[in-house]
Amino acid sequence: MNSSTTATRRQNAPHTSMFVRMLLRAAVMRRGRAASALVAMVVAAAVATAMLNLYIDVQAKLRKEFRNYGANVVVVGHDGQQLSSDALQNVDSVIAGHGLAVPFAYVVARTSDGQSVVVAGTDFEQVKRLDSWWSVTAWPGSASDALVGGRAANVVSPHGEAFDLSFQGKTIHLQSAGTLRTGASEDSRVYLPLQQFENWTGVQPSTIEIAATGSPEEVDSVIAKLSQALPASDARPVRQIMEGEARVLGKTRATLLAAAGLIILTSALCVLSTLIGWVLDRRRDFAIMKALGASERLISGFFAAEAAALGAVGALLGFTIGIGVAAWIGRVNFHASVIPRFNVLPPIFFGSVAVALVAAVIPMSLLRRVAPAVILRGE
Amino acid sequence: MFVRLVYESFRRQKRRKMLAAVAITLGVAVATAMIAVATDIGDKISRELRSYGANLVVTPQEDTLDLQIGGVDLKPPSDGAYLNEADLPKIRGTFWHHNIVGFAPMLPVQTSLDGKNVTLLGTYFSKQLAFGKEEFVTGVRITNPWWKVQGTWPDDNSSDVLLGETLAARQGRHVGGTIVLGNVSHRVTGILSTGGPEDNEIVAPLSLAQQVVGKPGAVRRLYVSALTKPEDALARRAPKSMTAEMYDRWYCSPYVQSIAFQLQEAIPHSHAEQIRQVAQNEGTVLSRIKGLMLLVTLASLLASALAVSAAMATAIFERRTEVGLMKALGAGNVAIAALFFVEAALLALMAGSVGFAGGMVLARQIGKSIFDSQIAIEPVLFPIVLALAVVVTFAGSAFAIRRAVKFDPVYALRGEG
Repeated sequence: MNSSTTATRRQNAPHTSMFVRMLLRAAVMRRGRAASALVAMVVAAAVATAMLNLYIDVQAKLRKEFRNYGANVVVVGHDGQQLSSDALQNVDSVIAGHGLAVPFAYVVARTSDGQSVVVAGTDFEQVKRLDSWWSVTAWPGSASDALVGGRAANVVSPHGEAFDLSFQGKTIHLQSAGTLRTGASEDSRVYLPLQQFENWTGVQPSTIEIAATGSPEEVDSVIAKLSQALPASDARPVRQIMEGEARVLGKTRATLLAAAGLIILTSALCVLSTLIGWVLDRRRDFAIMKALGASERLISGFFAAEAAALGAVGALLGFTIGIGVAAWIGRVNFHASVIPRFNVLPPIFFGSVAVALVAAVIPMSLLRRVAPAVILRGE
Repeated sequence: MFVRLVYESFRRQKRRKMLAAVAITLGVAVATAMIAVATDIGDKISRELRSYGANLVVTPQEDTLDLQIGGVDLKPPSDGAYLNEADLPKIRGTFWHHNIVGFAPMLPVQTSLDGKNVTLLGTYFSKQLAFGKEEFVTGVRITNPWWKVQGTWPDDNSSDVLLGETLAARQGRHVGGTIVLGNVSHRVTGILSTGGPEDNEIVAPLSLAQQVVGKPGAVRRLYVSALTKPEDALARRAPKSMTAEMYDRWYCSPYVQSIAFQLQEAIPHSHAEQIRQVAQNEGTVLSRIKGLMLLVTLASLLASALAVSAAMATAIFERRTEVGLMKALGAGNVAIAALFFVEAALLALMAGSVGFAGGMVLARQIGKSIFDSQIAIEPVLFPIVLALAVVVTFAGSAFAIRRAVKFDPVYALRGEG
């Protein structure tokens, strides 16, 4: 073995191990202070992680709540014409699980005493999910059961009795299963199961109401795809629903962002003040190292490495706890878990390390100006 | 002597107290702003939720069935009962009139344009009305904020009209043109886009629709947009089944049901009902957002408390030598602790007041930039926030003070520790 390399290695080896040993011993010997600095770091990183996670996730969570407002896209045949028989299948394949599509077919029928009433055919199972605000006394069970709107009931079946409706000479006998109240035009209609409706009238659905999930851009692309897949019909957004949602969501996110900014600022300040205290507290170590001949660079490196290590460990621990807090908030407030966002980790990690380094640099520049003798004398 | 000690300590050791003072100021400012925002967010969001449009509809009591498919009215125009336009301003006289953001009457009539049947919808755009001495403005521009007009909105007292987007495109009409209804020509001031059936209609001032149908003062339907309280068990009960006391409580709560009841009282021969799609979902969205802000506020209080405690602990820890000196001169533990606590309290009160003022400015800024309106700050918040600041400062100091007092003065003075 070459003797000169051995010498170099000897020169290097103790140096690095000494550096690591100093770092470790410093942490172990002053457990109390190091622990309090670490706790501050962990709490700050946890709060920041939870806030960022919520900020990213709240959109998806609230969008789900907003879908309770019902359809945000409708597909109608040109000039109120019927849609082709495979229209619903096409729509279902376009939205592909990212939403709900419900067909509606309408005709004007006559009651036994000659009054006109709008009769609609639809899929009750789907309507229950799409229009959760419908207030229904009882959903129809069998095929000859009808759901009668509150105002239509006064005309067709005031006491809940069975009634007849006729359309183009064909008459159907129906039971009134329940009453429907919405406060809108649905109150004046009679709803039948779609299959029963088609057998009776031979009329296909003319409207498909769709609750598409996702961001406004995703909904727009669904609309574009629907217009392509169904050239004989119009797919258009329900602006009332889309704009209301965008507005409320935007304001909520802005408020949350402001809150997150303030909270992160406060916790960064907390970390900064704790770490400055921690470093200042060790001015005697600094003085001894300097008196024993350590270069300024080495000392700066030592304190910087210590702070960076603290920042890194704190960030990782804090990230784990913060994810837990965000999940808990999701469970409590939205009854759904908040998905951990690992892309929050890099900003948290580098942010923590940066704050820790700043906290080490400020007292270092103060201490550098003081002669070691003065510090060691305890002044 | 004690007062002098505190006074001199404040006068001379400004730098050392700076960090703690900044931390308390910032902590209190953030806490104040967040509490203010959280207490006001319900009100702000429920106002934003009004952009979903009316949550109540008033119809004539003996109204016949709607024959509407896809928003197209199939009923003969003269059919059915009407509300009286002259009764509308009475809405301002109801108990909850402050909660009524706006209302818009609707009168759809059938007419023909170039030989084709079209619906002409009469309404208020932004109509000046008076109830007693009080003047107010209402109409679709307030209740239906998603209605967009390319061009200008017509004046409510003119006979100008808006054309629906689809209708205008189909007939090749543009802003500034004229249409002829009956024998009278009307100026088209704008093209209306709503994403609803109105895109296929002519929308005109209410008086014009009344002229066309020949029924002055007639209104088919009235849409009301009101700020309401989320529904609970009491709200759902029928007013007739309530005791007198319950009825008063129900009547004096802004439930959508009680506002509907009051609208029915105000407008003769009418039936008011909630539009469930809008009214029912408001409560859930509102409670989710309020819950979220509450949790976030708790997090911000925690962060502020930690920042304050950490800064206090650091500030006191730095003064070990002082403690050593005082102990060497014969001061008791109680005296030293008392000195630090009084100092901490003074610091908390001063920095807390500054922080509260800062928090007010911050809350106002948030309100202005996000919601375009003021965020109200309750004055009662001031003592609460100050008390909180003192408690947190004490808690943060207690541990550090205990350690400082227990420290052997010899080591402290020699500068070890």
